[in-house]
Amino acid sequence: MLKYDIIVIGGGPAGLAAAIEAKKNGVDSILVIERDRELGGILQQCIHNGFGLHIFKEELTGPEYAERFIEELKKLNIDYMLDTMVLDITEDRYVSAVNTDKGFMTMKAEAVILAMGCRERTRGAISIPGFRPAGVFTAGTAQRFINMEGYMVGKEVVILGSGDIGLIMARRLALEGAKVKVVAEIMPFSGGLNRNIVQCLDDFGIPLLLSHTVIDIKGKDRVEGVTIAKVDENLRPIPGTEIDYSCDTLLLSVGLIPENELSKKAGIKLDSATGGPIVNESMETNVPGVFACGNVVHVHDLVDYVTEESRRAGKNAARFIKKEMAEDCKIIETVPGNGITYIVPQVIRTENLQDTLDMFMRVNNVYNNSKLVIKADGETVKTINKRHLAPGEMERIKIDLNSIKNKAISKISVEIEKEGV
Amino acid sequence: MLKKEMTCIVCPIGCQLEVTVKSNGELEYVVTGNKCKRGIDYAINEITNPTRVLTSTVKIKNALLKRLPVRTNGAIPKVKIFECMKIINNVEVKSPIKCGEVIIKNILETGIDLVASRSM
Repeated sequence: MLKYDIIVIGGGPAGLAAAIEAKKNGVDSILVIERDRELGGILQQCIHNGFGLHIFKEELTGPEYAERFIEELKKLNIDYMLDTMVLDITEDRYVSAVNTDKGFMTMKAEAVILAMGCRERTRGAISIPGFRPAGVFTAGTAQRFINMEGYMVGKEVVILGSGDIGLIMARRLALEGAKVKVVAEIMPFSGGLNRNIVQCLDDFGIPLLLSHTVIDIKGKDRVEGVTIAKVDENLRPIPGTEIDYSCDTLLLSVGLIPENELSKKAGIKLDSATGGPIVNESMETNVPGVFACGNVVHVHDLVDYVTEESRRAGKNAARFIKKEMAEDCKIIETVPGNGITYIVPQVIRTENLQDTLDMFMRVNNVYNNSKLVIKADGETVKTINKRHLAPGEMERIKIDLNSIKNKAISKISVEIEKEGV
Repeated sequence: MLKKEMTCIVCPIGCQLEVTVKSNGELEYVVTGNKCKRGIDYAINEITNPTRVLTSTVKIKNALLKRLPVRTNGAIPKVKIFECMKIINNVEVKSPIKCGEVIIKNILETGIDLVASRSM
């Protein structure tokens, strides 16, 4: 049986950064398993620029960002398998996988790093009624067709969802000659970055309809049109506000879900708010020796943050292999308070931290001129003024370790306080 | 005096900028709302000569994929974007290509090159 110190599942930005960092921290025997025909993950289809501002201090395209890590992985002689599907992981870290070359194989790892990324929500997830013609794509699928396979997906397009992928695809389709009629967003605000609304919609004169959703798809063999309606504050369509748009294509950019089928099989506990594994300060799951990083843990908005998180996972997996990790410690739980959807990590062992505690979170609504209040067992340890908070922008908070260390704290909470309402 | 509001697109923060154009003999631009210096340059450019980095794909033969991603290695005038796309759509290259390799030099006399954004 093949044996490795670390097996990394997934060869996208998370898996690449984790494997490289583990190697740099003294672990020699590492294998990265990737199901696609090449490394790089979804970055390879994200041909637009804007990646790497934090890590490289320059604006790269997705493939350029990926290539830097792929080159480094190869230079470090880290093993990888392509076209290989992991079928099962056990609690004692046996990994079963299959490919057309070697058939079925079972491998043993001292540590496993989960880096499977996420999937797009589909039409089924949001239950759009109507016929089921061809021409309904998730935005990422259309992106892969156009940017990698060389197939145009349609001529007249309506996009549902204004997250960054939806906005980027609106521009991409417009550049390739399609007429993008409208982007509809069910929420009263866009989930995408402001700069993308400017350079992807405004630049091309594409209208954005907030508080609107698609309530019907028409056409039998191919999409012939969609019906869009305004929604009320409970996100229910308002009768009488329906508008018909003729189109041959509907793109869905309606959210991402961490892909954790394998994690569940290994007995890993998931957080219902993130959809990803519950992790500690070292990015380790509840199963000892199984780490997780990137979009499989929680969906990030910038790949740079995925890289940072994955480097931490790789470094800590190396510490686990070298038995440098403090295991039997008192546990501090993080608790999302008023206005906060989730906090990662969910569990903290201060013994394994160096100077600061980094916490990542999302808020549940748009807030202006408010404060993020961090409390340890109900006592305020830090307050951060925020001009603007939005669900589409992940918040990162650094806390000085001295303010929580050796204080027998059991819970750290974060909540939003509105200023001078 | 002319006032214009805009969203800065230099980085993901997306500052809300306000540009005031004063013309007392010479044109003068006053930018507010920016969190960094790059916002000032962006705002003045956006009023005088808006530019964008263009990313797209070209056909590639004998390669792993059917399309090679490309980018302009600097910002080009916004008004030339669709003209550039016409040129890009007629290009076909052959593998192997190195990341950064020039595909079209000085595209539309902009002084900017179209380069490959991955090796293939």
